[in-house]
Amino acid sequence: MTSIEHNTKLEEEGYEGVQTPLRRFLSDFCEAKLAVAGFFTIFIIALLAIMAPFIAPTDPYDLATVSVLDSRLAPGEAMMTGTIAHLGTDGAGRDMVSAMIYGLRISLGVGIGSGLIAMLIGISFGLLSAYAGGKIDSVFMRIVDIQLSFPAILVALVLLVTLGKGVDKTIIALVVVQWAYYARTIRGTALVERRREYIESAVCLGLSKNRIMFRHLLPNCLAPMIVVGTMQIAHAISLEATLSFLGLGMPQTEPSLGRLISNGFEYILSGKYWISVYPGIALLVTIVSINLVGDRLRDVLNPRLQK
Amino acid sequence: MQSALVVVIMSFIVFSGVFLVGDPVEILVSDDADQEEREMMIKSMGLDKPFLVQYGIFISKAIKGDLGDSFVFQEPALLLILDRMPATMELAVVALLIAVLFGIPLGVWAGLKPESIASKSIMTGSILGFSLPTFWVGIMMILLFAVMLGWLPSTGRGDVQIILGMPISIFSWDGFSHVLMPAVNLALFKLSMVIRLARAGTREVLHQDYIKFARAKGLKETRIILIHVMKNILIPVVTVLGLEFGGLVAFSVVTETVFAWPGMGKLLIDSIGLLDRPIIVAYLMIIVFLFVLINLLVDICYSILDPRVRLQDIKS
Repeated sequence: MTSIEHNTKLEEEGYEGVQTPLRRFLSDFCEAKLAVAGFFTIFIIALLAIMAPFIAPTDPYDLATVSVLDSRLAPGEAMMTGTIAHLGTDGAGRDMVSAMIYGLRISLGVGIGSGLIAMLIGISFGLLSAYAGGKIDSVFMRIVDIQLSFPAILVALVLLVTLGKGVDKTIIALVVVQWAYYARTIRGTALVERRREYIESAVCLGLSKNRIMFRHLLPNCLAPMIVVGTMQIAHAISLEATLSFLGLGMPQTEPSLGRLISNGFEYILSGKYWISVYPGIALLVTIVSINLVGDRLRDVLNPRLQK
Repeated sequence: MQSALVVVIMSFIVFSGVFLVGDPVEILVSDDADQEEREMMIKSMGLDKPFLVQYGIFISKAIKGDLGDSFVFQEPALLLILDRMPATMELAVVALLIAVLFGIPLGVWAGLKPESIASKSIMTGSILGFSLPTFWVGIMMILLFAVMLGWLPSTGRGDVQIILGMPISIFSWDGFSHVLMPAVNLALFKLSMVIRLARAGTREVLHQDYIKFARAKGLKETRIILIHVMKNILIPVVTVLGLEFGGLVAFSVVTETVFAWPGMGKLLIDSIGLLDRPIIVAYLMIIVFLFVLINLLVDICYSILDPRVRLQDIKS
């Protein structure tokens, strides 16, 4: 924040053209209108997810109000309680709008949560690997290589078959799938940064290894991590939806968007499209906006592409 | 050497993992069976032995090509899976062909004219291809082409003909109409990947000296693109596609579930529901083996296509 305030002050005083990194980053980012639109969409979606209990017209978990008599209503029809189901109701008589907002909450929660945990683990292993070098490095990187040679869906499938259903298990599977990407990315960056003078001077000052790794090396490796992080979160959300669709990820009691789509799949052949279509659109919009932002971040943060 | 190690380690992980999953006896034994019948059942499936012994038996049999009998079908798991394999392979190969035949021309086009509207929409499309969850696209395709328009059948495999001892459905119209939707669905992700690779490759190659030289020689533009550009973008495309073929096979689990395509993936998902341990283990082992094999093949193809890799190997 301070740097922005600082900048506005400078601008008022007529020092145009003075650029701090943050400001340059923001203006670069905003050059792509699609990315900005994506960012705002994510913002709105996140807001919806966080505020779900206050925004949703009905509570899809409240068994007292959910009635089977309402099941599979077409969009726009009124439910037993009098509420109009704008996007119809699903097989259990839940209002789709509410179910989707809650589903979004679960999907986003699992996606972001697993992404952050994976990032933490990946960063620790990657940094250690790059900094320690030698045997530790080759062992870690061999593990990463082997894991990355299998597609994410397969690894997640194996884990979930083993672990069973559940929120925590889904998160574990997603973390295991993702950590290797983070580890590899940060190791690559850290290996380059390690040879810089500031690390050398920190070593000469006799700082502890931990301090050098986390206070000096890490902050300088964060840019690519942000890019990988955004992309991975989108990937995680999509993967979770896929696994839930296969009946492996989230349990029926906590329907994420993938689960909602899968519930609607049984009715698709009878033309009751809304149960699958609308949660799918919500999922799609979320993933596309995150990817748009991630794509732009990659362009902006990549020093090689800078003019 | 390393590949063999990976297979062994994976076999252990998979086996011990699946070992921990729920008790298949609960599902298989009928409710009114008494204690004695239960125990007979457990004994006949070898589930009473300690874990390591079970693993040892599994490995010694696996080397002979016997991955155990399915609990549900009472047939060798390997046979059941191999029986389903042609269907999955056909799906994956058709998907790969779609990805290459459409992906490379589109990608090269987008690389040659990066500013044109057509290539911008190609690129936006490829972002969509990356972002769209496969299963949802599959459902939408069923909704559009099968339910609303009624053009294509939504499930199953249709007519199959036996060609070279394998049932293949693509050569009859009925079979082709069945394979089209799942294959396109499976191809979408790879298609956008090929487009991106081809585009990036084209843009890089176009600035190289040998392209300038070819132009200076007065070669026709089509010749430059078809031979000089193509040859050089093929290297990354082939590598990635080779690696991704395994991905296609793995991802076909999803597509097969959506389109009820009778392949290995569908068998896996069904078996997970039934806790049919030998099939799950056998499927995962076959996939792991397939992956190791594919990685090896890609390495070989790579050195054929790119002389630099060969030279490096000789030096070292």
